[in-house]
Amino acid sequence: MTKDQFIAAIPEAAYLIASLLFIFGLKRLSSPRTARSGNLVAAVGMGLALGGTFLLPDMGNFGWIILAIVIGSIPGWLLAKRVKMTAMPQMVSLFNGMGGACALFISLDEWLKGSPHFTGLSDTRLAHTFPMLLGIVFGSISFTGSLVAFGKLQGLVSEKPLRWPGQKIINIVLAMGILAAAGGSGSAGPQVSPTTCIVVLAVLALLLGVLQVLPIGGADMPVVISVLNSCTGLAAAVTGFAMQNMSMIIAGTLVGAAGSLLTVLMCKAMNRSLAKVIFGSFGGGGQAQAATGSSDKTQREITAAEVAIMAGYARKVIIIPGYGLAVAQAQHLVHELEELLEKRGVEVKYAIHPVAGRMPGHMNVLLAEADVPYPKLLDMEEINPEFEQADVAIVIGANDVVNPAARTDPGSPIYGMPILNADKAKNIIVIKRGRGTGFAGIENGLFFGPKTRMLFGDAKKALQELNTEVKAL
Amino acid sequence: MSMSSLAMIYIFILAIFTGVEVISRVPTVLHTPLMSGANAIHGIVLIGGAIVLGRAGDNGVLFALGFIAVILGTLNVVGGFVVTDRMLEMFKAKPTAKKEDAK
Repeated sequence: MTKDQFIAAIPEAAYLIASLLFIFGLKRLSSPRTARSGNLVAAVGMGLALGGTFLLPDMGNFGWIILAIVIGSIPGWLLAKRVKMTAMPQMVSLFNGMGGACALFISLDEWLKGSPHFTGLSDTRLAHTFPMLLGIVFGSISFTGSLVAFGKLQGLVSEKPLRWPGQKIINIVLAMGILAAAGGSGSAGPQVSPTTCIVVLAVLALLLGVLQVLPIGGADMPVVISVLNSCTGLAAAVTGFAMQNMSMIIAGTLVGAAGSLLTVLMCKAMNRSLAKVIFGSFGGGGQAQAATGSSDKTQREITAAEVAIMAGYARKVIIIPGYGLAVAQAQHLVHELEELLEKRGVEVKYAIHPVAGRMPGHMNVLLAEADVPYPKLLDMEEINPEFEQADVAIVIGANDVVNPAARTDPGSPIYGMPILNADKAKNIIVIKRGRGTGFAGIENGLFFGPKTRMLFGDAKKALQELNTEVKAL
Repeated sequence: MSMSSLAMIYIFILAIFTGVEVISRVPTVLHTPLMSGANAIHGIVLIGGAIVLGRAGDNGVLFALGFIAVILGTLNVVGGFVVTDRMLEMFKAKPTAKKEDAK
């Protein structure tokens, strides 16, 4: 093997090893003990693939590549390091959108480069053009879709499902327009240039990304982010097809497939069909429910001092943290409450609904940040039988995940969703900001139950008061 | 180096099964970090961006598109891996360290 041949083989070898590292990384990411190293393994794979790329033949502009990497690294690093753990879902969405945009730009670039050489239909032309068109479509949809999801979670765009007349028809027309533009770019007549078709294609796909995500309510954003995540994976894979780059095909497809499975798992946890999330039905259901809501019943209030007595002398307390706790940044206070109660000999456990917070597993991350011991966090299946023995269930900023309507009311939009059986506890304390309905806009019968007492107020303030009272016992 | 389309399709299909298989037993707790980690991995588009930029020569449009693509891809990769690491950092060390003083 000559020196040149050796150098030529390095990138391929790097890609091969990188692909293996991605697979190992994902594998390790799916088990709690090895997860962190899995992430590092994948990162090393990425570094290898990038390093190998520099040794590809016909490469130049090295200085510029490094400059662009530096420009991208700094904000990426800072954003990721500084973001509050509560804002993580939108951060993932934002980074996902960047990946989508990257695939879009590459596909456009490839198209510009390729178009003059290809005339007439041939295998090579199809093999190059078809994935590239897909790359433009997937990349565009992930890009704008992720930005809208980011905006919704960040509060820049209304979290409410936005609806307008003819929504589905507009989307179908858009999708058909995309098909037409894609077809047009391949078989350009004298009237329309292929470039026009490609531009139209990209614009329509960008628009579709926006219109597809806007009508989806904030509660469903985790699923949307997961869908868009696999969409970007696919975009990376098809771009890899166009560029005949093995590592891109493998890594992109891995993410596309794993992301799709993850989406299905999340939907299962929320008992929502994927089709319903994407094509919507929540908004209408919510309104119907409001009409049958129990507005004639009353909610009974309680003071922090009374809660302290109730919990301080209980044998077993189950804490149900929800997004309200995360928003108020009260995870440290809840941990303090847990320690205060444990010191008094109270058994304290946390009941974690699979979708507590805004993404599956989000609440676990938040509580782990506050040093809550891992074994105290119990999954829904583990904790549900224990509610009947619990003296007090403290619901902090959670709503839909403890709504008994999911068990009892077939008319409710969340009917069938697995919930935490907080209503089975002997006493239920609900710490809540106000009397309003939750994320999904559904009335919660639990709040009106005979065993339920409401402690109104911001989770942070309420917990501070509660902790002071428990200390004073 | 060029590959036949058929070979690429084989790889594509096998990768789909691999992707599903490796994460099929993930516990709910890890859904968010896993999504975030997968998000970082599709940052592989960065490689495509680097190739495009590296082969742009002195064509201004190709160069500009490639340059932007590399910046965006890097954001995806760096942000993705760092944010995932931050999430997992909290998961790890604590339970083992805390378990002892809790008992």
